[in-house]
Amino acid sequence: MAERRFMTINMGPQHPATHGVLRLVLELDGEVIVKATPHIGHLHRGVEKLAESRTYHQVIPLTDRLDYTNAMGNNLAYVLAVEKLLGIEVPKRAQYLRVMMAELQRIAAHLIWLGTHALDIGAMTLLFYNFREREEVLGIFEAVAGGRLTPTYLRIGGVSKDLPDGIEERIKTFVRAFPDHVKEYETLLTQNVIWLKRTKGVGIISKEDAINWGVTGPTLRGSGVRYDVRKAFPYSGYDEFDFEIPLGSVGDVYDRYIVRLREMEWSNSIVEQALERLPKGPILADDPRVTLPAKDAVTQDIAALIRQFKIVSEGFSPPPGEVYASVEAAKGELGFYIVSDGSNHPFRVRIRPPSFLNLSALPKMIEGSLIADVIAAIGSIDIVLGEIDR
Amino acid sequence: MVESNLTVKKLNERFPSSVLEVKTFRGEVTVTVLKRDILEICKFLHSDPDLQYHFLVDLCGLDFFPQSPRFEVVYLLCSMKEYQRLRLKTRVGENESISSVESVWKAANWLEREVYDLFGIPFENHSDLRRILLWDGFEGHPLRKDFPVEGPDFDKPFVLEV
Repeated sequence: MAERRFMTINMGPQHPATHGVLRLVLELDGEVIVKATPHIGHLHRGVEKLAESRTYHQVIPLTDRLDYTNAMGNNLAYVLAVEKLLGIEVPKRAQYLRVMMAELQRIAAHLIWLGTHALDIGAMTLLFYNFREREEVLGIFEAVAGGRLTPTYLRIGGVSKDLPDGIEERIKTFVRAFPDHVKEYETLLTQNVIWLKRTKGVGIISKEDAINWGVTGPTLRGSGVRYDVRKAFPYSGYDEFDFEIPLGSVGDVYDRYIVRLREMEWSNSIVEQALERLPKGPILADDPRVTLPAKDAVTQDIAALIRQFKIVSEGFSPPPGEVYASVEAAKGELGFYIVSDGSNHPFRVRIRPPSFLNLSALPKMIEGSLIADVIAAIGSIDIVLGEIDR
Repeated sequence: MVESNLTVKKLNERFPSSVLEVKTFRGEVTVTVLKRDILEICKFLHSDPDLQYHFLVDLCGLDFFPQSPRFEVVYLLCSMKEYQRLRLKTRVGENESISSVESVWKAANWLEREVYDLFGIPFENHSDLRRILLWDGFEGHPLRKDFPVEGPDFDKPFVLEV
């Protein structure tokens, strides 16, 4: 009998379907994958190390650049951790603004996922529709925060600025139109025969395996596990909103697709609820140790000027201790574990990256399946290398 | 708070000599245990029907240079039964190794590789202990406190893996 020989091929790091600089070494028996080994780290910038030499405020812009499709969510996870460390309370209006922005960001992130995922599998049309809506969300971010991709909108103790005039009407228009757009996307894919053949029964991961591998987010819920940080460990007032957790049953690529589509609809509903019930009041906690004074006070009051100068130049020193705070980011549970030694910069900032652990389960999903399914599986776990490599 | 915590109670009963310290800060429970028993403790927390810590949320390192023992390995667990979190810590000295918990949670595979890569703490019985974020020829472990923010490898050539 002839000796069995495997072929090794290298996919990435420069490959359009690996969503960034992911390199996969695939061992193939014909077209069947025997072994898959991901190689990561091409985008490693040492964010955790950098954070140790900065003040607490200065770390916020670094977080935008982790999962760059989900900047608001990353900001939120970090500021929640620091606020927990300090033990400060955030005003209601700021909490609602944060929820609103985080959910709009989730919609934008899922839209990128849907467009590129469909593009990978061969449905090119969808991308144009998705980017049309995403553009509007980024437009809203630009109006609110001044930045589109990396808005750095959140501050420790609140948000950087209040909503500009007329933006509520713009968000309302978007929210009203969005459910119809989701239906539009669904007409292209949900019952499309090619789509079904490429996604049903592909890249399956069971409930137990998914938990054991540390998979979170829509990828975990696609396998039917009811775990969403917004419900399990409510933060920023999420317990006051009415929403459901969409679940899959099989844990294949198709289930993850359906879960994310439903999630976009619920996110849209949360934005609507937040807008309707948006409380009036301050947008920043008034804690002289931590938050900057109002701009006009700085020009008139020497005490406010000194406070501004102190916070900008040396930051603040939280009590020694360690905290972990996490949010349900677009990809899964994004957590920040911060250790303070009582000085004005963090002793350690550990980022718990959802994509990192989701990707580690990829070989489990694709070994034994066809090489064409790798593309579908990578798309379905929705990785962003900026967050995996940090 | 700490006294009423079921996990802490069970750990104290089962491993009376290994639990070194129990702390609560901002509502988060941290249990420091002996390195020797870490694998047994993890197996227990995972399999006990009342606790069911099936989800390893995170595993990371801390460097307390120049203190001794120098390192701490931190495990963050989440019970899928009642959505409860527990932080487990163990101290590791320089040039010491620690048992891998990969046999309990597969998630530990990559997380331990990252701790090995960035702190240089080796894990025993790990199935694939290689660097993960940095390349094989890299010298040093960047998250150690004695590693400069601007690395010494600045102008060295990139070594390709084969």
